[in-house]
Amino acid sequence: MFVAAILFGSILPLTALFLMQFPFVFLARVQRQWLRSLRGALFLAVFIFFTNFIFSFINAGYVIIASNVEFAVFFLTTSPDLLGLALEESHVPYEFSFAFTTAVRFVPVLAEEAQTIMDAQKARGLELEKGNFMKRIRNYIPVLIPLIVSAIRRSLELAEAMESRAWGATKKRTNLYGLTLHKGDFVLLGITMAILVVAFYVLLFVPVPTLTKLFL
Amino acid sequence: MIVVEGVRFTYSGGVEALRDVSLTVKDGEFVAIMGQNGAGKTTLVKHFNGLLKPSKGTVRIDGVETTKTSIAKLSRTVGFVFQNPDHQLFSETVEEEIAFALKNFGFEEEVIQKQITWALNLLSLTQYRKTSPFMLSGGERKRVALASVLAWDPQILIMDEPTIGQDHEQKEKLRQFIVQLQAQEKTVVIVTHDVEFVAECNPRVVLMKEGKIVADGKGKDILTNLEALAQSSIVLPQIAQIFTQLAPLGLSRNVIDIYEAKDILLQAWGRRRT
Amino acid sequence: MAVIETRNLSYTYPGATKPSISDVSLKVEKGDFVLITGPSGCGKTTLCRCFNGLIPHFYQGELKGEITVAEKDVTKHQTHEMAKHVGLVFQNPENQLFALSIEKDVAFGLENLGFSREEMRKRVDWALNLTGIYDLRERSPHEVSGGQQQRVAIASVLAMQPEIIVLDEPTSFLDPLSAEKIFQVIHELNQTLGITVVLVEHRLDLTARYANHIIIMDEGKVCSDGGTREILCAEETRIIGVGIPKATLLYKLLGNEGMNLGDVTPLSSDEMAKLLLEAFGRR
Repeated sequence: MFVAAILFGSILPLTALFLMQFPFVFLARVQRQWLRSLRGALFLAVFIFFTNFIFSFINAGYVIIASNVEFAVFFLTTSPDLLGLALEESHVPYEFSFAFTTAVRFVPVLAEEAQTIMDAQKARGLELEKGNFMKRIRNYIPVLIPLIVSAIRRSLELAEAMESRAWGATKKRTNLYGLTLHKGDFVLLGITMAILVVAFYVLLFVPVPTLTKLFL
Repeated sequence: MIVVEGVRFTYSGGVEALRDVSLTVKDGEFVAIMGQNGAGKTTLVKHFNGLLKPSKGTVRIDGVETTKTSIAKLSRTVGFVFQNPDHQLFSETVEEEIAFALKNFGFEEEVIQKQITWALNLLSLTQYRKTSPFMLSGGERKRVALASVLAWDPQILIMDEPTIGQDHEQKEKLRQFIVQLQAQEKTVVIVTHDVEFVAECNPRVVLMKEGKIVADGKGKDILTNLEALAQSSIVLPQIAQIFTQLAPLGLSRNVIDIYEAKDILLQAWGRRRT
Repeated sequence: MAVIETRNLSYTYPGATKPSISDVSLKVEKGDFVLITGPSGCGKTTLCRCFNGLIPHFYQGELKGEITVAEKDVTKHQTHEMAKHVGLVFQNPENQLFALSIEKDVAFGLENLGFSREEMRKRVDWALNLTGIYDLRERSPHEVSGGQQQRVAIASVLAMQPEIIVLDEPTSFLDPLSAEKIFQVIHELNQTLGITVVLVEHRLDLTARYANHIIIMDEGKVCSDGGTREILCAEETRIIGVGIPKATLLYKLLGNEGMNLGDVTPLSSDEMAKLLLEAFGRR
């Protein structure tokens, strides 16, 4: 489903896709974890969305790419546990599925940190809302730089921890959990494929109204 | 002056972090707010500079309600030093870092330069004026963060867990620094769980538990109050731990300072011998 | 039998102008509980990273001298090889846990080493029980407290059943009560399983009582190395600026004024209180 999300850059179809996720989430009984990760992702997504919104006035082309990424992230975090496990089982090189699950695991941490950094800078007189659009973008520098530096430092610490727990010892990693495919999973797979096909069709042949056109 | 009246605060997630808190901090006071993680200490102090606004009740800084003014305006009076200096540092030089807030507050260029020099001097950072803050050690970065807040000379200074990651020497320097600030009649509020540090400073101590204030008084009295501390899951300072076990000797339990402890014991010793 | 031995060990980080540790020679015996302490910047963190091979393999830089850990020359064995014998627990609880569930984090090292699922399950449950977090195993690491996170970190290192566990200021971010719990867990592991513990800490008032061996560093060099009681009572220690436990300091201050409480230096408030009660009781 998130492949479909990447295909669309505008809000309406994405909302539809988002709503369609609900029955699957409940079926898989991961609603609690899903909601949790959603909260974390939501803040980050809003944050990214806001900065993109500012940029949108500069370059429309950038918006499409940017909002794709942000919504992809949004959707990626909706069922991280299952998705992560599925990735591991599907013979994707472990480095990738690990990078994925780690990124997801740190979304709430990053979201909290972004909030703390904003608070810290507001306490030094930074007013994020003030000024014209150029000024507003510059206002975010004191927030983005500590966030990035912190992310770099965090990656270093994580790498140290991984090395210290024998990362790279063998080529064939084993797994504490096993994911077995049930009949229901094949049904889910089938439906997902169907949605993808429909999505492609819509993208190519059906003009989808953008949000602005709808309201103006 | 900080006046907190009947404040309740609930986070957007539904957690009620402050339940009917009332507190007054007079000008020039030194207060340590203590309590377990989640007791509401940081939530409370974030109300002092408007980062958080109460769900119910009022918070007044020098008579002005925090809901009626902006964070930026409140921050002119209330300086807040966060726990992790890396959440603040972003400039190319220490000088620019310190200038940041001064520029935000609209100070004039000459005043900014003066204040930077003053702040650097105050925290022994003058040799790092043109250095990148990212090249400094952990302790030095903490000082840069502190300098960048002190630079605009706020009347009230709040420090969130200032002793974390500091070694013995650094904590001692911090303690002396707070004494200096007090001599300048600044109000200092620290949020901390470092009992030993608080025992050495002996400030007014406000104990919190589950969003309420459960004790408020002189450090010496609060930190030797077994009941209050047990309630808030705080460990007794070492000296108090020793004296609590000396009950059979009939000595006062109200001791947190090591030199006072020494004197009391030597006196008692002298008495026994005669 | 020495499980860690260094001879004239010096290390300079890449791009640094001077070495972080110089000429460090020390020995840690099997079953020791060693405390390494000293002012910020004294090289204790660098030393920890030498013990499990992060230095030189991860950090590169210039390493001189000899270092043998678990009878292996660290320079000749990769970090993942050393990980089977030396576990390292870091300061920041959040940044050493990366899985989506706690038990997956504890299993991480075993997965890397290619253990079978059954063996992993056994070891993971064993480690979770030893650190008292079995009930938290399905939770996400982000949801639990800092103290619990550090216990997960300890469990994940424990699962690999190393002979040595090195902990670099593991309680820096924790409140004193949670810190005490962590030290008790470590103490248990040392006493019941015989795991050699190397603990880097500033909080001597909470840890001195567990250590039989203390090493004090300053500016990259070892200043004192010996039994905890003698070293903490020595005058040089106070001069370096190490945070001597208040009980020990009080003992010294009283001794200086003629109040002799015996030869055994107290390391905790309990020990000091006992000494005082005995002294007064005698008279």
